[in-house]
Amino acid sequence: MALDKQTVAKVAHLARIRVEEDELETLAGEMNSIIGWVEQLGEVDTDGVEPMTSAVDLKLRLREDAITDGDYPDRVLKNGPSTEMHFYVVPKVVE
Amino acid sequence: MSDMLTLTLAEARDKLRAKEITAVELTDAYLNAMEQTRDLNCYITETPEKARAMAKASDERIAAGKAGAMEGLPIGMKDLFCTNGVQSTAGSHILEGFTPTYESTVSQNLWDAGAVMLGKTNLDEFAMGSSNLTSYYGGVKNPYTKAGSNQSLVPGGSSGGSAAAVAAHAAIAATGTDTGGSIRQPAAFAGLVGFKPTYGRCSRWGIVAFASSLDQAGPMTRTVRDSAIMLGAMAGFDAKDSTSLDVAVPDFEAALTGDIRGMKIGIPKEYRVENMPADIEALWKQGIEWMKDAGAEVVDVTLPHTKYALPTYYIVAPAEASSNLARYDGVRFGLRVEGKDLNEMYENTRAAGFGAEVRRRVLIGTYVLSAGYYDAYYLKAQKVRTKIAQDFKNAWGQCDLLLTPTTPSAAFAMDEKIDDPVAMYLNDVFTVPASLAGLPGISVPAGVDKDGLPLGLQLIGPAMGEEAVLRAAGVLETAAGFSAKPALMAA
Repeated sequence: MALDKQTVAKVAHLARIRVEEDELETLAGEMNSIIGWVEQLGEVDTDGVEPMTSAVDLKLRLREDAITDGDYPDRVLKNGPSTEMHFYVVPKVVE
Repeated sequence: MSDMLTLTLAEARDKLRAKEITAVELTDAYLNAMEQTRDLNCYITETPEKARAMAKASDERIAAGKAGAMEGLPIGMKDLFCTNGVQSTAGSHILEGFTPTYESTVSQNLWDAGAVMLGKTNLDEFAMGSSNLTSYYGGVKNPYTKAGSNQSLVPGGSSGGSAAAVAAHAAIAATGTDTGGSIRQPAAFAGLVGFKPTYGRCSRWGIVAFASSLDQAGPMTRTVRDSAIMLGAMAGFDAKDSTSLDVAVPDFEAALTGDIRGMKIGIPKEYRVENMPADIEALWKQGIEWMKDAGAEVVDVTLPHTKYALPTYYIVAPAEASSNLARYDGVRFGLRVEGKDLNEMYENTRAAGFGAEVRRRVLIGTYVLSAGYYDAYYLKAQKVRTKIAQDFKNAWGQCDLLLTPTTPSAAFAMDEKIDDPVAMYLNDVFTVPASLAGLPGISVPAGVDKDGLPLGLQLIGPAMGEEAVLRAAGVLETAAGFSAKPALMAA
């Protein structure tokens, strides 16, 4: 299925990346060429095949539910573009 | 002082221990080499003061008889590893100025082993690329050029800065990370040994994430022995990475016995692709002969789903990337571009912060994970991935290792406009299958093409088969006797 400009704009919004109107056409073309190419996977018979979710056969480990790290808010916040009193500052969300 | 630059990592280690040279002398030689080769743009951030302080500490430990496995050896650190107090950009504008307050496990392991950091090496943005041209900090020049030409070539990617630095003698070795070929392809383009170990061997903690089910760190070095030494220092179980392998790290160097008699080397017929240059086809045949001459048995094997590996990768990796890169929101670290509300701030920040290739992959990933398409693309790709991994498992019934070319071409020109993203993706055709299956793969410099450019051969082993891979790689290296030298090299 071909992606149109409208679909690309919707996907860009889902990904929270602003895309200018005049870029949508080119981007749709590039994405179509990639999607068209990956569609060859349709040839592979995958009936009854389990999806591979990890590159190694391993069970995720369990650990004690204990605090093992932390208590250094200054370090955590050090790279924040805007912080105040140990909080990140963002534009107003609730009126 | 300049002849120090020609020492391999293993030779330098031995001379340091024998106190024939000091870590400070060696580090100074490399800091000087970095200045001489600055035009290549290998490093995003140079850390000379840190390097000198670390070298001084190394000399003290050597004097006290407490030398580690990498003691006093000056290396480049791919700028995808978070380093405490040193800018870590991932090659992206969105992380410009980001200075971690913690250290990645792999880099910490290397410092604990005594390695000295020269700086942070350039890479494709978020490790997404095969040319190093997607870096926000500019492309890297390959120190090799075609015979009789001064046209600048790419060093490959994404670990292009690491590759160029080691080849030009601006680092004795460097770290790389490999998601679909990002260690092996640039190693092949720059005449180096590049080793991606089994998924889980090296901790991913503190490495800027691209595609978490594929990302794996490994060494980029001038020799197989150097690779074995450095991997030993990088690897190990880490509780902070949920997919870290809880297994002992073998003495990889001890695996280099030079004896591969009776070893079965599989040749997968599906790696004979259309339009493969004759030089590469010939080198592969030569490699098969070298293996036979060393007493290995060569068997033909089939990996029937090979052609589906690239399309599978280009669903799985962007999907994981779109999720991993959601964290770059302008709130907690990195770039922020204001907007009239929170959503607009996110959208403005990410539009300004991500380059074209990263944006394209995040959009593809978002699309294949979105409602209505998840089953058709993402789930389908995960199922095909199972079949690709199964192909390898079947092959291990017939052989111990696989021998293939590393890349379908030698290094290409920086100004060779590759507008079609799919054409660029084909660079990874021989490296992606092992990545999807989580298997160890090494690229060994094995020859040159008609223009004198390096070409690599790849050995792939079963999971945790690093020792056999290294042993055969050592034999291949000796037989090939690769001796090409780059046009631009510090002296």
